[in-house]
Amino acid sequence: MTQTELKAVADATGGFDIGAVRRDFPILNQEINGQPLAYLDNAASSQKPVQVIEAVNNYYRLDNANVHRGVHRLSQRATDAYEGARTKVRDFLGAASDKEIVFVRGATEAINLVAQSFVRPQIKPGDEILISHIEHHANIVPWQMVCEQTGAQLKVIPMTQSGELDLSGLDDLLNERTRILAIGHVSNALGTVNPVRDIITRAKAKSIPVLVDGAQAVPHMAVDVQDLDCDFYVFSGHKMFAPTGIGALYGKQALLEAMPPWQGGGDMILSVSFDHTEYNTLPYKFEAGTPHIAGAVGLGAAIDYMQSLGIDNLAAHEHHLLEIATSQLEAMEGVSIIGTAKNKASVLSFMIEDVHPHDIGTIFDQQGVAIRAGHHCAQPVMQFYGIAATARASFAFYNTEQEVDALVNAIKTTQEMFA
Amino acid sequence: MSDLRDLYQQVILDHKKNPRNFREIEDCNHMAHGNNPLCGDALVVYVKLNDGVIEDVSFQGSGCAISVASASLMTEILKGKTMEEAETLYENVHKALTGEDDSAELSGKLEVLSGVKEFPARVKCATLSWHTIHAAMDSDHDISVTTE
Repeated sequence: MTQTELKAVADATGGFDIGAVRRDFPILNQEINGQPLAYLDNAASSQKPVQVIEAVNNYYRLDNANVHRGVHRLSQRATDAYEGARTKVRDFLGAASDKEIVFVRGATEAINLVAQSFVRPQIKPGDEILISHIEHHANIVPWQMVCEQTGAQLKVIPMTQSGELDLSGLDDLLNERTRILAIGHVSNALGTVNPVRDIITRAKAKSIPVLVDGAQAVPHMAVDVQDLDCDFYVFSGHKMFAPTGIGALYGKQALLEAMPPWQGGGDMILSVSFDHTEYNTLPYKFEAGTPHIAGAVGLGAAIDYMQSLGIDNLAAHEHHLLEIATSQLEAMEGVSIIGTAKNKASVLSFMIEDVHPHDIGTIFDQQGVAIRAGHHCAQPVMQFYGIAATARASFAFYNTEQEVDALVNAIKTTQEMFA
Repeated sequence: MSDLRDLYQQVILDHKKNPRNFREIEDCNHMAHGNNPLCGDALVVYVKLNDGVIEDVSFQGSGCAISVASASLMTEILKGKTMEEAETLYENVHKALTGEDDSAELSGKLEVLSGVKEFPARVKCATLSWHTIHAAMDSDHDISVTTE
């Protein structure tokens, strides 16, 4: 089905035709251990629609060459495809200019880039970096590394029992020593949607730059970086139906201009001699070496796909699944939900009494239900609750009410086995 | 599903709910910490060696059913064994569960663990306590082992 046709279906049904959508994801149509696959591990990585798979395939079949180099036709096509994808990302994030979009491997690399290129050169012993208690390790460790390198201090916005940020002390945590605030948009372990707009406003009032980790947000909601007024926004393609190994860093142009390059190599230079090297302009200054062109093409196709269905429609369907799953699990004896924030997206972390999450994961797998069991790369969150791990179901727009039922049945089977 | 049900019912219901030798040995002369960062399993193995013989062995910690049951079984089996016998069993468990050696078989009480090899993602849960005791006996001070 073409994107135009898909849009027609979506419009005709007042939003969303789940049957048509699922046909776009061939991987979903299979059995695992004799049961229909219920893929509920989307917060770890999402599946890819044929539109993305075909875009990558066609790129390699028809257009593959290096970018920004050759005068030949294929190089021009590859460059057009790569730069076209950049424009799509710019539009997807609501950024002002393509120069503000740097292709990276993923959110992790983007945060490391900002940590090393923006924060490290200007931070001094005694200065502070502010993060929150519910961050993914990717938004903790790069900052700890800068602290070790410079003698700066890591400060942490505390969390509440429900898994929300405790913002009561924020105005003290944001002080004249704070060099950056790095905050997740949506928690991967708990699903909490943080009030980033309000937090950014409070940071900007003190001229403190803000990085938002949007890895778990972009698959589930429309994002506008100019409306948020964040300085940096980062995300990974593979969590939003695009290939692995590609993601983007948005940075305000003036900040990116002032930052030194992160990695040196080809494509990030204008001229090189042994005496002096002139760096390239934005965004190429930050893209040393041959980039993941096919990944960028796939990311562009994923953006087209999401926009053709309507991001608000996707979010509405997914939120409906989260709500019915939450109310069913709440009603189950011996099941507790970890993370009960008022505003959540996609993620349902839970525990089954007397059953370790790793055992839950194996027993679910035997029933075709794919979930994540573990600390979700958010060990401080686990430490807060005094647990080693949770089981986590996470929804995408291609999931169904039947898959919520499969989740509930898998819990019942697990309880029965451990009874 | 039936394989899994068998595995869990044989191994877990008994050992997970009532782990054997789940205590500290205050006058132990060997100990080690074992961690599986992937799933958060963390246990401590205590060994009291006397003249090359395992006079007492115990463990404490928390983990999934397979790791707890495997540790519990291990302490039952190793008590009274010589270090050499323990080492042979360690190697045998490792080979049998990782599929490194198809001819390796687990006998006696350990036979129930052989079902774990059908679930490759869980093999490290079953071998954690064995790696930990192996490290404990190799060293005369508290050390840490990690599997993932």
